[in-house]
Amino acid sequence: MNRRTGARPLLIGLAVLLTAILVVAPLVFIFVQALSQGWAVYAKNILDPLTLHAIWLTAAVAVVVVPATVAFGIAASWALAKFSFPGRGVLATLIEIPFSVSPIIAGICYLLLYGRQGLLGGWLAEHDIAILFALPGIILVTMFVTAPFVVREVLPLMRAQGSDQEQAAVTLGASGWQLFRRVTLPNIRWALLYGAVLATARAVGEFGGVAVVSGNVRGQTNTLPLHVELLFNDLNAVGAFAAATTLTLIALVALVVKAVLEGRR
Amino acid sequence: MSAAAPVRAKRVLPGFTLTLGTTMLYLTVIVLIPVLALILKGAEIGPARFWGIVTAPRTLAAIRITMTAAAIATVINALYGLLMAWVLVRHDFPGKRLLDALMDIPFALPTAVAGLSLTALYSANGWFGAPLEAAGIQVVYTIWGIVLAMTFTSIPFVVRSVQSVLEDLDPALEDAAFTLGAGPWTTFRRVVFPAILPAWLGGIATSFARSLGEFGAVVFIAGNLPFKTEIASLLAFIRLEEYDYAGAAAIALVLMVFALALLLVSNLIQIWASRHAGGPR
Repeated sequence: MNRRTGARPLLIGLAVLLTAILVVAPLVFIFVQALSQGWAVYAKNILDPLTLHAIWLTAAVAVVVVPATVAFGIAASWALAKFSFPGRGVLATLIEIPFSVSPIIAGICYLLLYGRQGLLGGWLAEHDIAILFALPGIILVTMFVTAPFVVREVLPLMRAQGSDQEQAAVTLGASGWQLFRRVTLPNIRWALLYGAVLATARAVGEFGGVAVVSGNVRGQTNTLPLHVELLFNDLNAVGAFAAATTLTLIALVALVVKAVLEGRR
Repeated sequence: MSAAAPVRAKRVLPGFTLTLGTTMLYLTVIVLIPVLALILKGAEIGPARFWGIVTAPRTLAAIRITMTAAAIATVINALYGLLMAWVLVRHDFPGKRLLDALMDIPFALPTAVAGLSLTALYSANGWFGAPLEAAGIQVVYTIWGIVLAMTFTSIPFVVRSVQSVLEDLDPALEDAAFTLGAGPWTTFRRVVFPAILPAWLGGIATSFARSLGEFGAVVFIAGNLPFKTEIASLLAFIRLEEYDYAGAAAIALVLMVFALALLLVSNLIQIWASRHAGGPR
């Protein structure tokens, strides 16, 4: 197209330049800083027992939260896409709440529910159940934050595909489980996997909500993003960047998986 | 539930009770009850004290700083997002797929990591901070740092929202306008822009909502000085650490109402857009 040649190099150049400044530089700088004192110091920082504990805790949270988010995502998408019932639109909007509410507010909500001054705080203290400042609180608030991630990918796809194939299978005598495993799952698997990958990246990186409910006890309830902040506040910038590289690598793996999945769709 | 009987008769597929029950249970336990706890605690405070907390000078300053920074960040993202969507859909060039993939980095990268990196990058001995400070511009520990952090974390909203509509827009329309004698700018203004306007506004609304709520990236770079660079969600966090639960609940409630109002606006824009387009996409 001739008419576009005039503005073309200018627009593309501007887009590349702005993206380099806004996105690429912060990404590259993480690795430059983490390795600024050499690989030996980097390895020592990563293998620090407190950093390793934070990595382990963060992985444990993701292992519980991601399957829960996936199960919720499948159930909610199935109910919303395959059936019509009163209040369906309201339900779809309620699922989006965690996406628009700041995670720090999610944390405050949990504190006001389970905390000592909270609605259930007295009862929990009497029965000696620790939810806040312990693993259950971190898991619950992360479940809040990631709740819409799988629904958002799977629901539009289920809606677009309609229910014709499932109805045919039911007519042919398929049971509910057969129906899901043999007909629905193959149709939604890439969207499901993509949602799971996004939920994993989010669960691993959650900061604000966890900061409120974890109590931030070093070596106990300190997840990896909180550990990054602690090291930064300790003026151990290189250590903070080293811990940050693990999170960055998880993010990059998530993006590569996404690119591969989009190629398949 | 006699009213639901005719609907039930049409349900061929199994699993309605199971999936709807699971959804309601999960949503109630994980999302609705905690949100209700905040509302109940907020109601306990009483109107007079609530008003006192929300209109205290430090709260008002924090809200003003959050709003101002989020507004500037959203303007930057509105323009940058429009440019990126246009370039990624309407042009072909080497490295385009990589540029497209980069647009997802701010969503995938934990906000604390983004905050850490931006702080170091723009501090006095960082790549960008050194030349900027030599020119007398300080970013870190000022409102510009907050703007930067908010801009980074909400980059994908406008790009992705405009991109998906632009991909569906037939370039033949633009060619027709061009053939009829319209210049590139007129074509964009009269043909392309009206078509992408709802998506652009929707992206802007979600981008603004995300900026208002951003915490992780901002606390690293802002310096967090009361009345200068303290954002509203951080003030709520500080109130918690002071065991002032009423103060935290009041501020959190105000922020949540803002967020839900923006969610409503963005949904209304989508409904309006699907009516204008003559049906849902």
